[in-house]
Amino acid sequence: MTHAADDLVSEAHAHQSKAMFAWVWVSLLVLSAVEVFLAYNQVFTPGKMLGVLMALSIIKSALIIGYFMHLKFEYGPMKFVLMASLVACLVLMCVFFPDAVRVAMKDVVQ
Amino acid sequence: MTTATDAVQSFHGEGYEASLFRTYSKKIGMWLFLLSDSLTFGALLFAYSYARISNPAWPTPFHRESIIRASIMTFFLLTSSLTMVLAVAAASRNDKSWTKKWLFATMLCGGGFVILHGWEWQGLISEGLRLSAFSPAPHGATSGEFFDIARTVPQFAGTFFTLTGMHMLHVTIGVIYLGVVAFKKKFLPVILAFWLMAWLMTPSWSPFHYGAHVLLVAFVVCAIILFLKPKDYTDHDVEVAGLYWHFVDLVWMFIFPLVYLMSTKIT
Repeated sequence: MTHAADDLVSEAHAHQSKAMFAWVWVSLLVLSAVEVFLAYNQVFTPGKMLGVLMALSIIKSALIIGYFMHLKFEYGPMKFVLMASLVACLVLMCVFFPDAVRVAMKDVVQ
Repeated sequence: MTTATDAVQSFHGEGYEASLFRTYSKKIGMWLFLLSDSLTFGALLFAYSYARISNPAWPTPFHRESIIRASIMTFFLLTSSLTMVLAVAAASRNDKSWTKKWLFATMLCGGGFVILHGWEWQGLISEGLRLSAFSPAPHGATSGEFFDIARTVPQFAGTFFTLTGMHMLHVTIGVIYLGVVAFKKKFLPVILAFWLMAWLMTPSWSPFHYGAHVLLVAFVVCAIILFLKPKDYTDHDVEVAGLYWHFVDLVWMFIFPLVYLMSTKIT
């Protein structure tokens, strides 16, 4: 490993303190509790609930990737290449959902 | 002519240009593996969502106890992520004692998660929810909610056991990975003991009876690695193991709401 890379890693760790980790952990617990509360009390219709729960899960995963996996402190191009490719592939999988809705509607009409 | 020594010096010296991502190759390798693994889990989660959306009669069988248990499992995984970052921080300070302690705490949380999940699987199988590949429980239910679900909407059991089983396998591998990084060869007899316990203490109809052999395979793989390439694991190794562990936590952040919370039945 080069000295530059070593410096970057230690710099990344220097940015992070135990207090910050604890805050991220508490935030994740609170967001999970909100999810359980919403589902348990069935606050929304299933379609809306799916959207809300997924939005909360994306926030939670951003916290985990950014702080626990240190990606926030990595070199810019690395962040871009990793996340852009992943998001593009996952978004492509959404192509199946219109078909799922079509099948569901067909059952309802019949 | 370039000698082998020159080549080694060149490798460790200035012979190669700096990494494109300004970090060490092990970390880039792990990130690339995690990207490919996210697509595996992504495909499974999308398949589950497809089945869920396309089937208006999708069952919602998870009652209060299941949600409480899944919430405790979520707490275990989130806490294990906290202990894991503390292990990485201790490793970067070169504090070997605390690194080992935090890694052990992470393993305990991961172990707790697997045990709770196994307990839940066992309960569901006894109540009649099972894959056709699973043997039926001898005194299992022959009627009831889960038994009916397994017959009327087989996709539920299929997607549930595939998704959660794949995740449980990842958590188990993660616990073993951390054990190897923390305790090296001393961890090998522990894997063997857990394999024997899981194999001998589970009934023959349980998927964990034959699933326990994953631990035997892990023992062989770890033994080969540890004996062929014995080394002291550095802060980089702990950080790379941490990336894997956080990924396992991250995947659960999607499985928990999609599989459990979206199938909640409050009575």
